[in-house]
Amino acid sequence: MPLPIGPVLGILSDNLRKRGSVLPLTKSGATGWAKGLNIPRGGKTVLYTGLMYQLIPSIDALASQMALFEDSTITQFFGLGRFVNQFINLSFFMSLTASKEMKQENDLVLRNIAGMLRKAGVEFGYLYERELYSGALIYDGGMDESFAIHARRVFEVFRKNGVRCVITVDPHTTSILRDVYPKFVQNFDLEVKNYMEVLAEQDLPVMQEQNKELVIHDSCVYARYEGMIEQPRNLLKNAGVTAKEPELAGRSTYCCGGPIESLFPSKAHEIAANRVGQLSKMGENIVTMCPICQVNLRKAARGSCHISDISNTLANAYLPRTSSY
Amino acid sequence: MMAKVSSKLAAKLKESEEFNAEACYHCGTCTALCPLGYKIVPRKLFREVMLGLEDRVKESIPEIYSCLLCRMCEEYCPAEVHIAENIRYLRKYINEEVFKLR
Repeated sequence: MPLPIGPVLGILSDNLRKRGSVLPLTKSGATGWAKGLNIPRGGKTVLYTGLMYQLIPSIDALASQMALFEDSTITQFFGLGRFVNQFINLSFFMSLTASKEMKQENDLVLRNIAGMLRKAGVEFGYLYERELYSGALIYDGGMDESFAIHARRVFEVFRKNGVRCVITVDPHTTSILRDVYPKFVQNFDLEVKNYMEVLAEQDLPVMQEQNKELVIHDSCVYARYEGMIEQPRNLLKNAGVTAKEPELAGRSTYCCGGPIESLFPSKAHEIAANRVGQLSKMGENIVTMCPICQVNLRKAARGSCHISDISNTLANAYLPRTSSY
Repeated sequence: MMAKVSSKLAAKLKESEEFNAEACYHCGTCTALCPLGYKIVPRKLFREVMLGLEDRVKESIPEIYSCLLCRMCEEYCPAEVHIAENIRYLRKYINEEVFKLR
């Protein structure tokens, strides 16, 4: 029996409405990455993580559980699960198996991004525990009423803290804020920029030339929703990296399967395996730009190639070796 | 085979500024490009939606929710149909009418 769509979406939507996030995240899980960086609290320009990198270990744990449930008789109890989840946060128990290594790795991505922005002379703050998830998953699922309530809540946090410009770190948050929020939030007037767009505008000196070849996997959302194709390539090229392009790249990039992992795990895995095959033809060192792409492609690759976030390579090139990031 | 036409579905679609499946001229480019390789999504599905065949649309719920919203189809659509947004709009309709979610 396939996973029941209604109850699964219902649980995610209930979590967003009642608990402010689709999946549970502790305060330290959300803001721990910034420890010791002395990023000012708030400000006109803020680095907005949208909690995506921090949520990925829980999303991955949930997806693994869902893959076990797919085609099992347990699926018939999901309706009851949704009812119970109103009172007891069931998704909390599912996220207990979240990988600590993945969390550390994703925290480092955020530290590196903050480090590079600082190196580029960008003045920015961070909202710490006030920061909220963007609601992207709920919007994609077509739950517009829940999404609209949440989007207004997120905008209110920015407004109350005097934020005028947000710097995003992942494609989904970038697109939701830039393209969707203006349709759902009255008088939405924030400037939304992605960190790679910001860095590409700066003349960031290279500290360590990276003489290597990397295969690029474009995120569908960056490439086709946001038209962001040149910025990552220019940053890599300037860092001394030779970018290897798979047959399906740029605006013709191929999906990682991630968007359907929580409802259709088997299909998501098939798509990811197809993509790993396409990328591996070009080389065994692959860079991703989205935490969802990274986790899905890695699972499908099963260690056959090295897949890492583009920020790791950029940090190796643009930050000093002795950097604390 | 008899098919029941739903005036409710047609009326809902008229409310949406985003839903533009009527621009589709069924060339099949989208179907050929879809990473999932479904035969129903999106062009056949859109035809059923435009005809108000709600029961047939409900039979395609798994396909509607497994769309990746990756816009590969949209990138090459000669009629510039907002395929991903149309699919998302159908999810919204099904959430409200079938799953009673908002």
